Amino acid sequence: MTALIEAEGLTRVLPETVPVTLVRDIDLTVHEREFIAITGPSGSGKSSLLYLLGLLDRPTGGILRIGGKDTGPMDEDERARTRLSMLGFVFQFHFLLPEFSVRENVEIPMRRLGRLSRAEMHERSAALLASLGLEGHLDKRPDQLSGGQRQRVAVARSLANDPPVLLADEPTGSLDSKNSEQVFGILEGLVRERGKTVIAVTHDLAMAGRMHRRIHLVDGRIEAVEQDAAAGAGD
Amino acid sequence: MRLIFDIAFTHIAGRGRQTLVAILGVAVGVGFSIAMAALMQGGQNDFVEQLVNTMPHVQITDERRAPPRQPAQDAFSTVAIYGLRPREDRRGIINPTAALAWLEDWVPGRFAPSLKTQGVIRYAGRDVGAAVIGVDPAKEQGVSPIIEDFRQGSFAALAVGGNNIVIGDTMANRLGAKLGDTVTAVSSTGLGRNFKIAGLFHTGTTARDEGEAYVLLKNAQILSERANAINEIRIKLDDPNAAPAIARRAEAELGYKSVAWQQANESILQALVIRNIIMYTVVAAIMLVAGFGIFNIISTITHEKARDIAIMKSLGFPERDMRRLFLLEGVAIGAAGSLLGWAFGLSMVYALSLVRFEIAATGQELTKLPIAWSFLHYLIAAAFALGSAAVAGYLPARRAAKLNPVDIIRGAT
Repeated sequence: MTALIEAEGLTRVLPETVPVTLVRDIDLTVHEREFIAITGPSGSGKSSLLYLLGLLDRPTGGILRIGGKDTGPMDEDERARTRLSMLGFVFQFHFLLPEFSVRENVEIPMRRLGRLSRAEMHERSAALLASLGLEGHLDKRPDQLSGGQRQRVAVARSLANDPPVLLADEPTGSLDSKNSEQVFGILEGLVRERGKTVIAVTHDLAMAGRMHRRIHLVDGRIEAVEQDAAAGAGD
Repeated sequence: MRLIFDIAFTHIAGRGRQTLVAILGVAVGVGFSIAMAALMQGGQNDFVEQLVNTMPHVQITDERRAPPRQPAQDAFSTVAIYGLRPREDRRGIINPTAALAWLEDWVPGRFAPSLKTQGVIRYAGRDVGAAVIGVDPAKEQGVSPIIEDFRQGSFAALAVGGNNIVIGDTMANRLGAKLGDTVTAVSSTGLGRNFKIAGLFHTGTTARDEGEAYVLLKNAQILSERANAINEIRIKLDDPNAAPAIARRAEAELGYKSVAWQQANESILQALVIRNIIMYTVVAAIMLVAGFGIFNIISTITHEKARDIAIMKSLGFPERDMRRLFLLEGVAIGAAGSLLGWAFGLSMVYALSLVRFEIAATGQELTKLPIAWSFLHYLIAAAFALGSAAVAGYLPARRAAKLNPVDIIRGAT
């Protein structure tokens, strides 16, 4: 089975006068169809690790390979291209562009990638939104939607270019329990039915417990890894 | 790229009033620049046209730029000459007929030979110093607009009588003479002759109205005791811009000092250049101010949209796209302002062209403002506007593109 993400000794230190270590010596291999939780107390470097894996931040040490390619020598353009096609992001807040309709928000990454025709993009965005139960809201603005709906649009947008990996930073952090459940269900479905790999940062241990692998961080280091034997793919 | 255009448009459209103010700022700048350029250029054209119309385009006089070489200098390689008393050469252009014929051969234009001599006009015991200019009236009309400046009598009257003279009205006032009176012209050689005033002109140039008297060429030659001599050939060219080249060739060939009108008015033309520099400096200053408006709005947008920038970068937009996006927004405002400014400038220039006024001092006919219609002004103003818009957009765009998405995303949570 191919490794989608491989990290060896991944380290990120902030170059302040007193250097601050965000994460240190992370070794991690992520395969297809994995559902991984990154947990840990606040300030343990959960989000920092996610941003490193998502190429939003550059490590100060270690090696990170995505899809088998070393990301170290990549320039900003190449990293942006990799983000565009390989990675999808969902944050705690929906972060939709407020001036654009739901459909346009989902189509923006597609248009940036430019692989599909406009008609195909329309079709794809409609299908994506429909699969997340948003078929009636295509032309609404984000501020006309509820919090849960917006987060689902954000998920749809992260899937726009059909990336193999979805990175979620507290995806349910700003939602009530009903909406949290729904969004979690969607992420779970993506792994089970569409073969995506989802890596989610969460402090909700109950939710983490329902994922397939739990990486527990303390002070920027991996303290423990729990793997469900039963669940899909492991390493 | 369409997507960047769409996003840029949404950003600008989302801030209607502020955008409008920035666009208006550019438009007012462009409009005023155009109007100012039209006026300045118009004034300049008017001025140069007057120069070109009133002055001969090339003036050949009997002066030489260097003293004549002595025969001994030509015969021996090293020679020093002291205490020389040069022979008094016959003054004037030597062999004027041949010189004129040669010029007429290759210079496209009109020629007027004349003999200018210093003298005094005397009437009723009053003397006024004057340049007595002997001309051929028919030819003179081809090179000088003086015939249009006559208050009384006419230039053509010179040709009619044998001993006619035309003088400026100021000189006539100083002499106390009127049309038809007989004045005495005394040349520097001491010879005096009587002339009847056949015309009074008023050119508006005091030096000429007070100090010039025109007689027939023959009379001037008699007065100065230089039969058949002329000392000036004035040329009006079909193409005034060819003057320097023609003057150079004429001088090289004839050996006489030939001055093109551009050379004769060098200081004035230089002043016009300085005027233009001042004008474009002011235009640049106006555009700089308009640029501040653009800088302001683009900065505000980049600050407000910091989160969107972070999101777009996290989605996979490279920095280049973000720079382009905000640069485009600045340039779009500049372009919209330019177009609006063109309309504004056009209507302002049109309004200015309708203004009629009287010059109180002379009480003359209605005058309109000199306006030059030139598309170049529009292009220059727009170029300045777009240039300043591009800089004003680029500076915040560069900063926005460098935003680290992690900082923003963390800041929001």
